[in-house]
Amino acid sequence: MIDKNQQIIDSTLDQEYKYGFTTDIETTTFEPGLDEGVITKLSKLKKEPQWLLDWRLKAYESWKKMEEPTWAQVDYTPVDYQALSYYSAPKYKQNDSLDDVDPDIIETYNKLGISLNEQKRLEGVAVDAVFDSVSVATTFKKELAKHGVIFCSFSEAVIDHPELVKKYLGSVIPSTDNYFAALNSAVFSDGSFVYIPKNVRCPMELSTYFRINAANTGQFERTLIIADEGSHVSYLEGCTAPMRDENQLHAACVELVAHKDATIKYSTIQNWYAGDKEGKGGIYNFVTKRGICTGDRAKISWTQVETGSAVTWKYPSVIMQGDHSVGEFYSVAVTKNKQQADTGTKMIHIGKNTKSTIISKGISAGEGQNTYRGGVKILKNADNARNFSQCDSILIGNKCGAHTFPYIDVKNPTAKMEHEATTSSIGEDQLFYCNQRGINLDDAVSMIVNGFCKEVFAELPMEFAVEAKQLIEVTLENSVG
Amino acid sequence: MIKIKNLKASIEDKAILKGINLEIPKGEIHVIMGRNGSGKSTLANVIAGNETYEVDGGSIAMNGNDITEMSIENRALQGLFLCFQYPVAIPGVSMAYFLRAALNAKNKHDGEEEMDAVKFLATAKKILSELGLDDSFLKRSINDGFSGGEKKKSEILQLLMLNPQLAVLDETDSGLDVDALRTVAKGVNEFKNDNNSVLIITHYQRLLEYIKPDVVHIMIDGKIVKSGDMTLVHEVEKNGYSWLVK
Ligand SMILES: Nc1ncnc2c1ncn2[C@@H]1O[C@H](COP(=O)(O)OP(=O)(O)O)[C@@H](O)[C@H]1O
Ligand SMILES: [Mg+2]
Repeated sequence: MIDKNQQIIDSTLDQEYKYGFTTDIETTTFEPGLDEGVITKLSKLKKEPQWLLDWRLKAYESWKKMEEPTWAQVDYTPVDYQALSYYSAPKYKQNDSLDDVDPDIIETYNKLGISLNEQKRLEGVAVDAVFDSVSVATTFKKELAKHGVIFCSFSEAVIDHPELVKKYLGSVIPSTDNYFAALNSAVFSDGSFVYIPKNVRCPMELSTYFRINAANTGQFERTLIIADEGSHVSYLEGCTAPMRDENQLHAACVELVAHKDATIKYSTIQNWYAGDKEGKGGIYNFVTKRGICTGDRAKISWTQVETGSAVTWKYPSVIMQGDHSVGEFYSVAVTKNKQQADTGTKMIHIGKNTKSTIISKGISAGEGQNTYRGGVKILKNADNARNFSQCDSILIGNKCGAHTFPYIDVKNPTAKMEHEATTSSIGEDQLFYCNQRGINLDDAVSMIVNGFCKEVFAELPMEFAVEAKQLIEVTLENSVG
Repeated sequence: MIKIKNLKASIEDKAILKGINLEIPKGEIHVIMGRNGSGKSTLANVIAGNETYEVDGGSIAMNGNDITEMSIENRALQGLFLCFQYPVAIPGVSMAYFLRAALNAKNKHDGEEEMDAVKFLATAKKILSELGLDDSFLKRSINDGFSGGEKKKSEILQLLMLNPQLAVLDETDSGLDVDALRTVAKGVNEFKNDNNSVLIITHYQRLLEYIKPDVVHIMIDGKIVKSGDMTLVHEVEKNGYSWLVK
């Protein structure tokens, strides 16, 4: 049975990546290379105010002095930062109307299952479409504006809401936070911006769909979400990229600010191109995501389903400053072929009675390597802080690996910590049981894996839970035999 | 229904089944009794196609079709059902989801329509109440944290829902109190009709107070050494197995 399993695991490796096509389109693309001149040119092109250019240049200065981190359990060919282009955007008339978006781009999103036509969209989901370095369209803006909700591209926010951007940009992830965050701060090109006013419950799901198209281009987007007091928002991001033999860098920053009594729910379905079965090509997904609960009873919840990318380095975190504030992290990370993921979270308890929950499910198949790295920090004044962590790994086949690194730092004796971790294989006995009931191997594997991920999928908005389930099914098709 | 000829099987090069001959016609209940370690579960697993065991010779045929080389799920789809001695847990997969997946697979194979949710629930609830189980049982993860009795009842629930042609019950009576034993036996009797067959594997006679077998076989060291009727059960009860060893 083992040999047969292995055979079929190997045949998984031939799975086609559905989103691997490229769009042939005229672009404005910078020459490869990075220096102050490139950053200034980018900033000028985007008509940014001087303070933002200064902020970028300062970040660039610190980035130059920093070293690329090596502590993660990942192994990859180093990125040549001078060989990358830092800006690539489709040439089209910049306008408010969707009618002016290049039809090829609309078609690209259609092929990805994302309709930018508001009538055809899933009811109640607004989309910001980011294509390489720029946002090409944002739907339902007018509808949202009626509720005072601002949902637009980052570039627009810089022009239309400079006071908000200036106040919050870098307030959660300082430009000098880490190597990739510093790089992003220097060169970020676009992304999404969300502001939910006081006591407003955002009337629809907000989502951003990131698409990398151009070759040899880094994607550096920046997302900033601010939920004012008593407000509520659920936001989702999706990502895909063409299949290319070269690795491509995606270094994003996401900052969330939840004020008193506000809730931000942030979900990710990450399906960047993962490289081929030999591990050639694929996206380097080096992302910094962090949220802060500034006020009492604020809540930030991260849910991620990570199935793509050649290498993932990502730790969505929550700083619980307000008393009774809540941080949550629900994660499913799948690695197959030669994919590597080092992901987890950091929960920082500052306020009293703060509470965090971490549920991480790692699935490794083929030669995939999956690492959970999570930190829980209870500061001195965080009386009665509570954390519950559960990190489960499942192995499919015998060439893959799972690793767990929990870091716990408790400075207050009243803290209550619970940690559970399990590693299991999809058992031959489980498969035998399912097969004996007439359920075939693919269905059995997806059933067992979906069961394993249940608690995380339950956190996703309905429409996306279905998508996530299907994605896992496609990803793991033929992974056992 | 099933015809096993000179079946030999081993695990890790250790011969366990040493030439089993067994034929169960349609409409009959057969019992295999034998001490622990005599190879009863091995036989059940080999019939079901468990690839942990190596088949070294002989054949298994169902309704005249040789299934010796057939995949596990195809045997199941042909109407073979194994009540597991130790059913495995699948965390996060609800009983309802699992049962529907199994039923859908069967319906699809038989070229029938999928059972709709309403009918599924009605059928399942009826069986659950007969087994003395709450409806909420359907929502629980399959075999996950089930008591011994719940595990066996879950197997009987599946048996009754899937309604196979041949049911192989591996020690379905072990670890049950009298009430549960009676309930399980009632389930098996309900399942049984003139068109299907049952193979009961056990090393007690407890279950046989409630289910009347047509033929009793005694298995010793991987061979069926004697076959007969209920009187054989009583002889074994009185005198043990030693007198049967040649
Ligand atoms: N998975 C296994 N690995 C090694 N030996 C096994 C395995 N399964 C069964 N055996 C051996 O095969 C023999 C028969 O076991 P089994 O079929 O379980 O007997 P029974 O069900 O009659 O108690 C025993 O000696 C047992 O130790
Ligand atoms: Mg046994």
